[in-house]
Amino acid sequence: MAKLMPASGFILGLAGAVSLWSASALANDELLKLQQDPKQWVMPLGNYAGNRYSKLDQINSKNVKNLQVAWTFSTGVLRGHEGGPLVIGNMMYVHAPFPNTVFALDLSKGGQIVWKYEPKQDPNVIPVMCCDTVNRGVAYADGLIFLHQADTNLVALDAMTGKEVWKVADGDPSKGETGTSAPMIIKNMVLVGTSGGEFGVRGHVTAYDVKSGKQVWRGYSMGPDSDTLMDPEKTTALGQPVGKDSGTATWKGDQWKIGGGTTWGWMSYDPDLNLVYYGSGNPSTWNPVQRPGDNKWSMTIWARDADTGMTKWVYQMTPHDEWDYDGVNEMQLVDQKIDGKERKLLVHFDRNGFGYTLDRVTGELLVAEKFDPAVNWATKVDLKTGLPDRVKQFSTEAGGQDTNTQGICPAALGSKDEQPSAYSPKTGLFYVPTNHVCMDYEPYKIAYTAGQPYVGATLSMYPPKGDSNLGNFIAWDATTGKIKWSIPETFSVWSGALATAGNVVFYGTLEGYLKAVDAETGKELYRFKTPSGIIGNVNTYEYDGKQYIAVLSGVGGWAGIGMAAGLTGDQEGLGAVGAYKALSQYTALGGTMTVFALPE
Amino acid sequence: MRLNGIGSRILTTAAFAVALLTAGAVAHAQDTGQAQPTQQQNSTTTAATSDQDKPYTIAPDGTVSWPVFSGFRRFNSECIVCHGPDGVGSTFAPALIDSLKVLTYEQFLDTVTNGKTEVNTAVQKKMPAFGTNPNVMCFIDDIYAYLKARSDGVLGRGRPQKHDPKTADVGQAEDACLGG
Repeated sequence: MAKLMPASGFILGLAGAVSLWSASALANDELLKLQQDPKQWVMPLGNYAGNRYSKLDQINSKNVKNLQVAWTFSTGVLRGHEGGPLVIGNMMYVHAPFPNTVFALDLSKGGQIVWKYEPKQDPNVIPVMCCDTVNRGVAYADGLIFLHQADTNLVALDAMTGKEVWKVADGDPSKGETGTSAPMIIKNMVLVGTSGGEFGVRGHVTAYDVKSGKQVWRGYSMGPDSDTLMDPEKTTALGQPVGKDSGTATWKGDQWKIGGGTTWGWMSYDPDLNLVYYGSGNPSTWNPVQRPGDNKWSMTIWARDADTGMTKWVYQMTPHDEWDYDGVNEMQLVDQKIDGKERKLLVHFDRNGFGYTLDRVTGELLVAEKFDPAVNWATKVDLKTGLPDRVKQFSTEAGGQDTNTQGICPAALGSKDEQPSAYSPKTGLFYVPTNHVCMDYEPYKIAYTAGQPYVGATLSMYPPKGDSNLGNFIAWDATTGKIKWSIPETFSVWSGALATAGNVVFYGTLEGYLKAVDAETGKELYRFKTPSGIIGNVNTYEYDGKQYIAVLSGVGGWAGIGMAAGLTGDQEGLGAVGAYKALSQYTALGGTMTVFALPE
Repeated sequence: MRLNGIGSRILTTAAFAVALLTAGAVAHAQDTGQAQPTQQQNSTTTAATSDQDKPYTIAPDGTVSWPVFSGFRRFNSECIVCHGPDGVGSTFAPALIDSLKVLTYEQFLDTVTNGKTEVNTAVQKKMPAFGTNPNVMCFIDDIYAYLKARSDGVLGRGRPQKHDPKTADVGQAEDACLGG
């Protein structure tokens, strides 16, 4: 790719009908402008703050009931479709799970396929992906499309031709390292995280040069300070220095080397603070008895300097995990008032069921409240120490090996998983797709073999006592930590939400419905059943004066493993009424993008 | 990570009095040199045809033999991510409760040990080789016993409610096989 090729060049070249923006010194600068343009959807979460909000309001709470399908597109892939399409100018980029096909569609020509990229990958990577071969999307910068393949290869493609410009291996799939996450462009770097927490890998985030693919920095989730990129004095946790080698001192022996803490979720970026935010996942193994210590810095919110990767601050939400409550969910950056004072906030809905609000400058913990009332493993989180107040009855460590600890809420999939939330500055509310599932958890002894599963627990999952819904879609006030409204859903809501200036919030369901609800009240305004269950994220864009809503359907992922099998039986002892129908009775496989618009 | 084990608590009770399946065919390599993951009542695979047909015991009150329970635990940790909770399959891997109706013990063992590949334009199915994984191979006969009971329809979904105790011998064999 020519260094000075401006993004506007290829778009004009293709369509000649989009506004100009200037070529810039940093890939970042272009994106900083593009993310402000509501007509485009230039990064998976919509903007650097991870808000999944659009200023478009042609589709609004009054007329959304008239929504119609404008066009559809099949990816030709059957497995679970997470993430969503990008729209840059007249081009749309659609990705698929393994084999990680990418399509470039020309919106000015009725979605004609401009190019298709399908990498050749060793199928041996398929079974080392813990939960289906999902991929959460591509990134765009500087006339390039970046794809993080299942086999961990990060590939830069010419956005105009689909030609491979460079490729770099981020990890080693033979050790269980895989790629599922969407890359993130910051300045002249493309950042990627890792998957493989169930294979005893050691997670990290790595920054590569956009132009060359050369590694700029890599920060591990655990290990000596030189690996975690921590300064014992300057890096802080809740205002206190972390001290020397906290990423090894909190582990038994050299267990940190197979410590997990993978980084497969979403990243956010504050250009003013020059900090990148993301979360790390579960420590390996799932058997807590075999893994003494706080296991830092698994289960942690990270703030790193974008240029150097140095850690500014960390907050470990679930020290010494006993339940697989990965901390990888999205970090929403918002500016809101708390106690009358305008604060730069980071809002995070964790797997562990607590919604955290932090000061994103300092890492100070401001609010930590349950966003699902069913959460029972901890009573509360101490805002000073940051520690959860654990309930012994639900501690799998206290229960011990070979003991089945019962009735833990949430289940290992968390009160919310990777499905990203949305934030509307108009209402000041967060719109959160959630899971409403509890579990029994029995840890037992296992041994580590490179490239083989390293789990060490058996689980059973079921809805909370007395409930029949496995999910909720909620509106959340992060300044007070309170649920504004909550919509029960038959299954976990595994689709990324979208909030719009039209006062409409969109999300998908596992049965396959695209739903539109009123942003103020949660009242359902529209639903349409897409060809398959939705685990993708809802995006919006405007083309030729018309607003569109786009979503990938294609059930799979977590849902493909568990929900598809369904809950059977009477759940005796748990109080759930009736039998739960298997998801397979509602939907079948197949990746399709459905695009909606208002009628002419 | 996202791992599921939605389970019910139905237990179909049935009584079978059969010997445990042999572990003689397990060909895993252990640092410790220990290679007997489970208690054995037979010592060769060839003589175990009837045991392979019913390698489990389930008492009239629903109490399952330890290998069945052990197999339940290991299956729902190592195999569930593709083959679904309780062996009922997923969107991308077969339901083993059906597969074991046709697969022989030898075929089962071969597939688990060496893996299987079916990748073409329409299908991307890839079973990994677990031959070097002690968490699977030390318990392969337990897993087989569990799946066979499921496949035969004598064990329902979810966690078996009652099981024989884990004896000291079993615990020692487990420790030895897992490498301490």
